[in-house]
Amino acid sequence: METLSVFVKAFLVGGAICTLGQIIINFTHLTNGKILVIFLIAGAILEGFGVYSKLIDFAGAGASVPISGFGSALVKGALKAAKEKGIYGAFTGGLAACATGISIAIVSGYLVSVLFRPRTKAK
Amino acid sequence: MQTEHKITKQNYKDYVFNKMPKSSHWKNMFWAFIVGGTICAIGQGFIELYSIWFSDQDASILASSTLVLIAAIMTGFGVYDQIGRFAGAGSTIPITGFSNAVVSPALEFRTEGYIYGVGAKMFLVAGPVIVNGVTISVIVALICMVLGVL
Repeated sequence: METLSVFVKAFLVGGAICTLGQIIINFTHLTNGKILVIFLIAGAILEGFGVYSKLIDFAGAGASVPISGFGSALVKGALKAAKEKGIYGAFTGGLAACATGISIAIVSGYLVSVLFRPRTKAK
Repeated sequence: MQTEHKITKQNYKDYVFNKMPKSSHWKNMFWAFIVGGTICAIGQGFIELYSIWFSDQDASILASSTLVLIAAIMTGFGVYDQIGRFAGAGSTIPITGFSNAVVSPALEFRTEGYIYGVGAKMFLVAGPVIVNGVTISVIVALICMVLGVL
């Protein structure tokens, strides 16, 4: 029962964040890149106030999988490292925390572009 | 300042806005909710799986990375873009959308070579995301240090 509620919470919170994004797109027609950056910055600032971590504790992947979770992870890493190593940590911590995600995206992007043929966009 | 008939950036934008096919807001929101929620629920599944072997923190990072990998392969097969057509923000905002934004231009510009094609175009969207993300993380950390909240 408990495991099930974890999935339900992830579904509802994740869905709600995406719906919020869709509402913004519907009314402003912003491009995908801008939406990604807006949510990233929102997540990062919320993490700065310690709010986003609480949302992740509550909703798990529902909060960490949206791009705002990426922003939150960057800030969380930077804050943690800054606490341990001072100003040096403030500069290294963010990227270090997200290195896995970025590296996998880059490597898989490279491999996919080698292995697959580009498709003409479906109309 | 601008004459009426002149095409400016703004009135061109308005023109395009008016010509765009109108799709129902409710339908868009519904699919964004369903697809976004499903991707997050799948991510939660990977977290549960990985937390058998790893710490909670690592499990979360690995789960996101797995989603990135899956979305990259789906982009290669052209499946992700098909989902994106009806899911909108539901497929853009999850980390899988970031992956799609990296892989899609990389694939598309391969004909321009591996250095200026794949290597450069890969960061069309990932660049702004990483640049803004890193900058804000450093600024927030510095502000917190100055305020002494750490």
